[in-house]
Amino acid sequence: MNSRLARVISAVVVLAIACLLAYFVWATENPSSRYAVHLGLDLAGGTELIYKADTSKITSDKQGALNSLRDVIERRVNAFGVAEPVVELEKASSVAGNGEDRLLVDLPGVTDVKAAVDAIGKTPVLEFQLEKQEGTPSKIGTSTQLSFTPVFEPTGLTGQYLKSAELQFGNGQGGTSANEPIVVLHFNDQGAKLFEQITANNVGRQLAIFLDGKVISDPTIQEAIPGGNATITGKFTPQEARDLVENLNFGALPVPILLVSSDTVGPTLGDVAYHAGLIASLIGFALVSLFMILWYRLPGVIATIALTIYVFITISLIKTVPITLTASGIAGFILSIGLAVDANVLIFERMKEELKAGKGAQEAATIGFGRAWPAIRDGHLTMIISAIILFWVGTSLIKGFALVFGFGVITSLISAVFITRIFLQAILPEHGGRAWRFLLSSGFHTGTTDPNAPSIDH
Amino acid sequence: MYIVTHRRLFFSIIGAIFVIAIGSIAIFGLPLSIDFTGGSLVEVSYTGHRPDIDALSKSVNQLALGEVSVRESGDNGVMLRTRTLTPAEHEELLAQLGTEIASSTASSTVATASTTAAASMTASTTALGTFTELRFNSIGPSLGNELATKALYALIAVIIAIMLYIAWAFRRVSRPVSSWVYGGIVVVILFHDVLIPTGFYAILCHFTGSQVDSLFAVALLAILGYSVNDTIVIFDRVREHLHNNEHAKLVEPFEETVGKSVTETMGRSINTSLTVALALIALVVFGSAETRDFALVLLVGVIAGTYSSILLAAPLLIPLGKRFAKAGDGNKKKKK
Repeated sequence: MNSRLARVISAVVVLAIACLLAYFVWATENPSSRYAVHLGLDLAGGTELIYKADTSKITSDKQGALNSLRDVIERRVNAFGVAEPVVELEKASSVAGNGEDRLLVDLPGVTDVKAAVDAIGKTPVLEFQLEKQEGTPSKIGTSTQLSFTPVFEPTGLTGQYLKSAELQFGNGQGGTSANEPIVVLHFNDQGAKLFEQITANNVGRQLAIFLDGKVISDPTIQEAIPGGNATITGKFTPQEARDLVENLNFGALPVPILLVSSDTVGPTLGDVAYHAGLIASLIGFALVSLFMILWYRLPGVIATIALTIYVFITISLIKTVPITLTASGIAGFILSIGLAVDANVLIFERMKEELKAGKGAQEAATIGFGRAWPAIRDGHLTMIISAIILFWVGTSLIKGFALVFGFGVITSLISAVFITRIFLQAILPEHGGRAWRFLLSSGFHTGTTDPNAPSIDH
Repeated sequence: MYIVTHRRLFFSIIGAIFVIAIGSIAIFGLPLSIDFTGGSLVEVSYTGHRPDIDALSKSVNQLALGEVSVRESGDNGVMLRTRTLTPAEHEELLAQLGTEIASSTASSTVATASTTAAASMTASTTALGTFTELRFNSIGPSLGNELATKALYALIAVIIAIMLYIAWAFRRVSRPVSSWVYGGIVVVILFHDVLIPTGFYAILCHFTGSQVDSLFAVALLAILGYSVNDTIVIFDRVREHLHNNEHAKLVEPFEETVGKSVTETMGRSINTSLTVALALIALVVFGSAETRDFALVLLVGVIAGTYSSILLAAPLLIPLGKRFAKAGDGNKKKKK
């Protein structure tokens, strides 16, 4: 029969694709593979830091400032020597009422929180401030301070506009003595414009350069300086100058940050959690398969094959998307193994009823799939709704679960409905004798036709 | 039919369990973890001798870190909960834990571990043994509050979304009960399915010292998404029977339709829950400690979801059906 041949061919095609997936999963097991499973910090060990970015003082181009903050922190983290760090900007969801800007820093393998926080947080904040116009003495401070310390006001020019810093040595000209270390600042276009404007409008006043709130140099402006370069001659030793250049290049933070949360998991705990998760997955899979085969017999075997394919599809998705696997993600995966056969149970129970009503095997299967579909659709949709909401509001821990759970539910819909159907239709006979009826029955039934069908009374 | 005929009995049993769950929440309360309140959690594991918990507690409470709660965790570990610590205060705490090992030996030759402990998670060695920091989690108070708000919004959003979906999915089924009654019952069932595991967790927290963390919120949300499944299967059957009866011009008491639907779908409801329960049992027994409470809560939720859908959801259609029966259906019976 022609349609029969088509069914067998499609079953073979599905099997072949499944084998390819299985091969892909197996071949990319090597940790050095591009598609190796990416473990979350709770499994691999490491530190996650969440900073609040204080953007209250940024008036223009907040996003630009935040982006350059991320770049600076990324450079600093890389300098700290971490493999595969993650530095991300995150907006605290407006659901919770405040629109804080956050910076997430993931440091796999780093367990010394203090060293990490110090390396990231040592922030040379660079600022240019103008000497205040006379006649506006500051109210802060004692009178002695007032008379000796010049008071400065911010110009808006900060490290945010710095492109790079460079170490040079003086050549004895232009006010520098020979071999004196000079730090040359290169501003970006915006900074250059601002610098030119400030210098043009304030000739004769002092322009102090503040680093971490301390004046490191307070030259007097001689003339407007175009071109976006400024030099600091602060009577540095060569070493001090070199350090300053490095700090500026690696770090003048454009936005102040504040540590609000840190989570560190030691490598032992992560390792134990990961292996426990793997073992639980295998045992969960075995228990579910065993139940399906014992209870549903032949369809149960097919459901188990579909479940195996489901596992390979899900692992491939985790590897290629890629989804970072966390302990809660593994829990979501195990839960989805139990859920994946749900649709199969619905279909097989329905099939059984049709068989009892005296329908042929193929017909019972077709009706079973058709009748079970609305309930399967509704059930899966509600689960997908909750996965989406979880992902939408969740923290990284919850997102890990929601992502695996959501993908799992969608994949299980495919494996349990389409793959099982293709296999069942390929092997089922049109009608089938006693042996087939036994194989297609379930539980404690031997598969004889019940004359009082379709009502079932146990 | 048994279940539908004896529905009042089952309503009372379910009611009793429900009251116990609410009672446990009221009596034991739900201790919130640092995920919600902000604070720090330090878990260390000792190889060899674990210092006396009381002595340890006294020792760390001398530090200016506010109140530090010390609890045993696992066979050889200690879990400390404090207010939000800065990295420097964290170091201080670890150093104190190091000295505690040393002083508990009551020996004069032992060098204190305070300096090595400061090297954070690298094990600090003393003559008696070592301790390793397993995890350090510190959450600022503002972040904690935000999480609690988010979790609450998520729960409400899921409940509303599911109710709307059910009312929509059953929109064509309006006789004898309007599709909104199906949606309403689903919400009642959802509350039940969430409150039972919450009550269970209140008891668990009371005896094991677990706390309500974000994983618990995840478990509740997953239960919301899942438990409604069984209810949908039964309602779907009712929907199908009503549809068929209408085609066959068959007049059947609503009670009988519901009873038939429950009996027919019971096997599959139990089996679908059983497969999920098997997977969860594997997670409880063999999974990581971090997800054990999570799996237990889910397991209780799945069990509650199963019996509530069989014994509560469909039988509830009958009294509600009588109350909300549409005028002109000709089956206006007396309210129960």
